[in-house]
Amino acid sequence: MTVIAKVRGTTAPQHAKVVRRGGAPVWRAVRFALLLAFVVLFLIPVYVLLVTSFKPLTEADPSQAWNLPRTWTTEAWQVAWERLAPGVWNSVMLAVPGSLISAMLGSMNGYVLSKWRFAGADVVFTLLLFGMFIPYQGVMIPLVQLLVGLNEITGTQLFYGGIPGLTLAHIVYGIPICTLIFRNYYVTIPDELIEAARVDGAGMLRTYWSVIIPVSGPAFAVTVIWQFTSLWNDFLFAVFLTGPQSWPATVMLNNIAGAQTVPYSQQMAAAILASIPTVVIYILLGRFFMRGLMAGALKG
Amino acid sequence: MRRRWITAAAIGLAGMLALAACGGGGDSSGDGGQGGAARKRVEVFSWWTGPGEADGLKAMRQIFERQNPNYTFFDAAVAGGSGDQARALLASKLQANQPPDTFQGHAGAELQGYIKAGKLEPLDFLYDELKLREVFPEQLVEQITVDDHIYSVPVNIHRSNVLWYNPGVLKEAGVSGPPKTIEEFIGALEKVKQTGKIPLSIGSQWTQVHLLESVLLGTLGTERYNALWTASADWSSSDITKALENFKTIMSYAGTPQEDWQPAAKQVADGEAAFNVMGDWVYGYFVNPPDGGLGKTAKQDFDWAPAPGTDGTFMWLSDSFTLPKGAPNRDGAIAWLKVAASKEGQDAFNPLKGSIPARKDADKSLYKDYLAYSLEQWASNRLAGSIQHGVVANDAWRSAINDAVGLFLQDQDVAKLQQALVDAAKNSGQ
Amino acid sequence: MTAKTASVRARMPRWLPGLLLVSPSIVAIAVFVYGMLGWNFKVALSDQHDEVSEGSFVGLENFINIWQETRWILSVQHAIVFTVVFVGGALVLGWFLAFLMEKGIKGEGGFRAIYLFPMAISFIATGVVWRWLMNSATGERAVGLNALFRFLGLDFLQWQWFRDPDWGMAAMAIPAIWQMSGYVMALFLAGFRGVPEELREAARVDGCNEWQVYRWVILPHLRPVTLAALIILGHISLKVFDLIVSVSGKQIITDVPAIFMWTAVYDAHDPAKGATIAGYIVLSVAIFVVPYLIWNARREKRK
Repeated sequence: MTVIAKVRGTTAPQHAKVVRRGGAPVWRAVRFALLLAFVVLFLIPVYVLLVTSFKPLTEADPSQAWNLPRTWTTEAWQVAWERLAPGVWNSVMLAVPGSLISAMLGSMNGYVLSKWRFAGADVVFTLLLFGMFIPYQGVMIPLVQLLVGLNEITGTQLFYGGIPGLTLAHIVYGIPICTLIFRNYYVTIPDELIEAARVDGAGMLRTYWSVIIPVSGPAFAVTVIWQFTSLWNDFLFAVFLTGPQSWPATVMLNNIAGAQTVPYSQQMAAAILASIPTVVIYILLGRFFMRGLMAGALKG
Repeated sequence: MRRRWITAAAIGLAGMLALAACGGGGDSSGDGGQGGAARKRVEVFSWWTGPGEADGLKAMRQIFERQNPNYTFFDAAVAGGSGDQARALLASKLQANQPPDTFQGHAGAELQGYIKAGKLEPLDFLYDELKLREVFPEQLVEQITVDDHIYSVPVNIHRSNVLWYNPGVLKEAGVSGPPKTIEEFIGALEKVKQTGKIPLSIGSQWTQVHLLESVLLGTLGTERYNALWTASADWSSSDITKALENFKTIMSYAGTPQEDWQPAAKQVADGEAAFNVMGDWVYGYFVNPPDGGLGKTAKQDFDWAPAPGTDGTFMWLSDSFTLPKGAPNRDGAIAWLKVAASKEGQDAFNPLKGSIPARKDADKSLYKDYLAYSLEQWASNRLAGSIQHGVVANDAWRSAINDAVGLFLQDQDVAKLQQALVDAAKNSGQ
Repeated sequence: MTAKTASVRARMPRWLPGLLLVSPSIVAIAVFVYGMLGWNFKVALSDQHDEVSEGSFVGLENFINIWQETRWILSVQHAIVFTVVFVGGALVLGWFLAFLMEKGIKGEGGFRAIYLFPMAISFIATGVVWRWLMNSATGERAVGLNALFRFLGLDFLQWQWFRDPDWGMAAMAIPAIWQMSGYVMALFLAGFRGVPEELREAARVDGCNEWQVYRWVILPHLRPVTLAALIILGHISLKVFDLIVSVSGKQIITDVPAIFMWTAVYDAHDPAKGATIAGYIVLSVAIFVVPYLIWNARREKRK
């Protein structure tokens, strides 16, 4: 339990102290103004997305990007939703289990590689990490062949052509980052805690379950957010590894732009719709994300 | 006890596989769900997802399902988009021997790679059965024949060498009509430049390759242009140098490159620019009511002519459907190809898509204005194939030409461009 | 704890269960990462220049010949400009935002959420908007940001954005900075807050002014964070693909190795060339990352 206290201790009380030291009022006002200015800059693309999505197709044009719609309409939103909807459920079925399983795997790997080490654990960790860096676009053809091969070996349709295979690919390519997050996080847990558990006769799994898991919240938050975002937003794997029935929302979003004409307002409405889940997650879990970062996850 | 450890160790793997059960949510998708059902599905792969094109596909689908009650049409369209994802995806599917039942491809050299790799079935039997050699123009059949076999069924014809212009802007600049030759064209561009309007509107890199093919055809003439794609072609000749010099001169009158062909064409319709060389899909974009179109009036807001120096030649491109080897539902695919080849199918598809049918016997009353003009030209003109749209050059060659043009736009070096084109022809393996 | 389980545990080496627990990941990475890399280098070292031929071993020929291609050199230059601007820009902006917020400010949660949210959105969704904003037309015909500059009377700021022949790739880095600087901000904020208040206090007691505290106490603490950010941004930058394809397409003017690879594989159907480029991307990332990993391992050992 001391660990929890420690983890919390690094953030909350200190923060309180910090607020008291806010600095001189003038400087505070300047900082606030600067931050506000950056908010405006950051929101420029969002503004264009929003106003365009409420325009009829005739007004949706780059030359009128800054104007408010002359006639407000939600027509584009309706069309966008109709076209996107079939993919949204697929995205959910992909991103929710995918990010949870990724986090579990990352947690187990991180635990072993930091606290229950075997000879060569550092080498294994480094080799795992390196997986983060392959350029995926270049290996799509052999990857498809590999998954088709797995289909044939297992006599199933699980690996190529559906959500399970896509999820698997994301989980596997997510192992490096998830392991990194958890390992860096677990390194901050004092070894004495593990030793104490061992003296009490707890094995690896029991120690994991009763000592490690209870303090893993922030790292889980970071991993789940990270993986959920990349699974939800992924287009490349989705388009190559799944078929029309299992296309997630990003492929549907891409399809709204045709080969010859682009109904901009629909596309922008769809872009907003497709981004809502991830944005909501960031806003809701942003605090935990920060806490996880402060506790060392992702810091290297 | 030991077993417990092994079980524990397998948690990770089990977890991955467990998701296969839960993540699947019961829809065994992709290749699943073929047999078993009473109505067999036919997976049709295309890149038609936009307005017009998707409507045309839907119209053909309705005919297909009416004529083949035991098949369901399964739409596997992926937008071409800027990444050409559809074709990349297709390549990966074919290489892994997971073809769709039938897929869209530009008729002509674009399919060569697949033909050489043995991924496509020849369709001679279908051409014989439906007597298609008689209903398609002779030159077309000739240009899509590879080693005496035909591998695709063309559904529509687009024209690449069209000069779109704004009559008002021309009048203002004192240009009496659409230029007939490259020299006249350059003169007209100069006159427009004096008025402060954009002489020639242009889009992203591919639209400039598109312009190049019309300039090549306009400078060389049909015969020499068509000879470029034969084994005896000489890309280092002075004719080509002349054509590339023309291209450079014409490009010097181009406005700021727009993000794609649409905004570039729009500049002509809006009276900001005088000329634009683009395929005839521009027509639909101009006249269609403002939901995917600009709602302009032909002859008033805009007009068209063959690209300078190319009158009497129809530079064509065509969307076609194929029969991949190992198609899961071969019979269904053949049924689809029959609809795609039929008069009824083509007449349902093309007016919506804004193109003309490949067949000679189309119902002319369905095609108005530009499309009527185009049908008439298609029937009377000589044919030349488009570069950028996959007719005359295979993918490797086309891609090398694109690189050469892209690099030329950076350095403006005609000699380098020509050398790159010589190399491209040599290395194409065509 | 029965005697039996204790004896089993005694017989089993302490490290074995850990290895077993990690083994599924090891197997998966071995197949999906190293299998693919192996495949890639096998193709890259062959002369398989179309999809039909089998290809035979040609050694490093492809890796050498590619340097004769103008497009390759251009794409490498672009990648360097992009990387410098993107990594530098995101680091500076992220650091600055964190610096402004470091001591706590009203509405901090809101600011943080807004700066972070671009990370949640894919370029498939925002590509069109950036294309509009960075439209290259200037003067009378300006749209997008150029039109905004014009409206604000800042005409001198108008430029061609990513179509600028020299600095176009710097413009391309703007959306990337927009997307990632919030994340860097979060990292730095965590770094700032990770400096124990006692240390600052102690320095002040020793007579340091605020600037000196910053320079000698806080900055050294930020070094690991900076390095981590550098690595993450650097590898994103070297692999950048989605952003450029969705904003500019596959034009030479914004070509980078990842785009070149795509056209080599899927447009030109030249597997060997594509694999060669992929090989260079992996190697360049490795040059970035391997020293970092070693440094990190050493640092941990010291602790």
